[in-house]
Amino acid sequence: MSLQHYLVISAMLFTLGIFAVLTRRNAISILMGIELILNSCNLNFAAFSRFVTPPENIDGQIIAIFGIVLAAAEAAVFLAIILAIYREFGSIRPNEVDTLKG
Amino acid sequence: MEALKNIESLLYFSPEILLVVFAVAVIILDLVVKNRESVAVAYLSLLGLGCVFGAVLFTHASLGSNESISLFLGMIRLDRFAIFFKIILLLATAATILFSLRSEELDAQLKGEYYALLLAVTLGMFLMASSTNLLMIFISLETVSLTSYILAGFLTHSPRSSEAAFKYITYGAVASGTMLFGLSLLFGMTGTGDLGQISAKLTEMFNAGDVYPLAVLVSITFILAGVGYKIASVPFHMWSPDVYEGAPIPITAFLSVASKSAGFALFIRFFYSGFGSSELMQSVDWTLMLAVVSALTMTVGNLAALPQRNVKRLLAYSSIAHGGYLLMGGVLLTAEGIGAILFYLVVYLFMNLGAFYVVVLIANEVGSEMIEGYRGLSSRAPLVAGAMAIFLFSLTGIPPFAGFFGKWVLFTAVIDKGLYWLAFVGLLNSVVSLYYYARIVKAMYLESTEDTETERVSFSTGTFALLSVFVVPTVLIGFLNIFYTFSNIALQP
Repeated sequence: MSLQHYLVISAMLFTLGIFAVLTRRNAISILMGIELILNSCNLNFAAFSRFVTPPENIDGQIIAIFGIVLAAAEAAVFLAIILAIYREFGSIRPNEVDTLKG
Repeated sequence: MEALKNIESLLYFSPEILLVVFAVAVIILDLVVKNRESVAVAYLSLLGLGCVFGAVLFTHASLGSNESISLFLGMIRLDRFAIFFKIILLLATAATILFSLRSEELDAQLKGEYYALLLAVTLGMFLMASSTNLLMIFISLETVSLTSYILAGFLTHSPRSSEAAFKYITYGAVASGTMLFGLSLLFGMTGTGDLGQISAKLTEMFNAGDVYPLAVLVSITFILAGVGYKIASVPFHMWSPDVYEGAPIPITAFLSVASKSAGFALFIRFFYSGFGSSELMQSVDWTLMLAVVSALTMTVGNLAALPQRNVKRLLAYSSIAHGGYLLMGGVLLTAEGIGAILFYLVVYLFMNLGAFYVVVLIANEVGSEMIEGYRGLSSRAPLVAGAMAIFLFSLTGIPPFAGFFGKWVLFTAVIDKGLYWLAFVGLLNSVVSLYYYARIVKAMYLESTEDTETERVSFSTGTFALLSVFVVPTVLIGFLNIFYTFSNIALQP
């Protein structure tokens, strides 16, 4: 496997994530799309760390680990907000959450 | 100067450490104090901000004759630029805490975690203003974002507030994910996370002719998505009107001033220090790209503000427009332009926070955020109406108020470099903005309420004292050379 393989996969993951965010009609699926985006970035960092930087330099892998931590934190906050949305609106479909507009 | 190691860095990191200490202390105090009415936590956090201010001054003194000190093996840089932003952010946070104390909207909900979160978001913004490493940039950006999402949705019983948080996190998470993807490409091209090394490496690669401009363009554009979302520039501005309208008013004020300032700090640090000096600027036409973004941002913000009836939402669009004006200074990445941004941020801090404070007061007294609630204010509360008029005229940029001088400096910087069309768009926009700002003034001074509610609304002395803290600088800043000097000192590279 060369660097290109990883980059193609991560580009695909990124695009799928953006696609999911744009088309899905459910807040949880949007969260899953966001997770895909973040994971594509982590894959990128890990791949670059393996193929581009010298072996003793593990900066990329460290950034990937921080990326995972932040993705988890973001998921926690996102789920909490989805819960609040469900309490107030009785639905987690974004197009039904539309009291603010103009 | 070599980057300091971890332990040696702690001394210069004291403001951030103090913020963490006080955030924890606030939570503990909240557990100890049983009385829900108590405002002890608020005063403890204000005390904390005072101590942090002292620590910031201490780090400024210990900087001595050095231009900058690199901390934690090059993760963070302490320089006058960072100190400038730390002071702005501290003022904005202190004002937000004072607003929260007076806001009846937040009354029942004010608990320790609210203040702890405010201190945490300030910590994130401090780091945003001073990070010089891709990892640190991303972590600080996420710290700020995650805490802001929670603060925007802090009114748990209000559907508007929950909806604001939901929209905020959806846009925010995608924008920061996109930014992280851009950062990863930049990391891959250069093999390092340090901004200075990235800049040097890219320059070297450009000179050797072995880099794809397209790859650089894609990665920088993706990074701009994250930064653009923080400063609410077109096309990443969609979240801001909804979030500003739904969030509690003090948080709206905080987001519109502090979050934007921190975003600009990151923007300047990344583009001016990271890329401004190298040949990279010539390889891709950044000037045109940023100029178009800036012109679109102010135009969209101003045009969308025209039909608004909700003052909070109107100020949200106005704050988008001001992001556009500020970007004008960043377009050329010249020292004058950046200096103009810094000066305008100081002006913007006072006039915008002041306007939002009046919105808090009116929401308390009249119970409405709509323009109708401002009718006849000049006879019911003449001082507050006068202050609001000053803030609004200053936001428009009418002399002799500070906003005029801020715009003057920005426009001069743009015209100096020959971007006449951008200055022209800016001027046209200022004229358009007069229409909607003046509508509020008209409601206050020329219209009267039908139900003849003419009894005067009385406010406490503290309210007037806090109001004058914003009015006096809004009137005087333009005449005081000290502020120009202040923003120029921050620019020493």
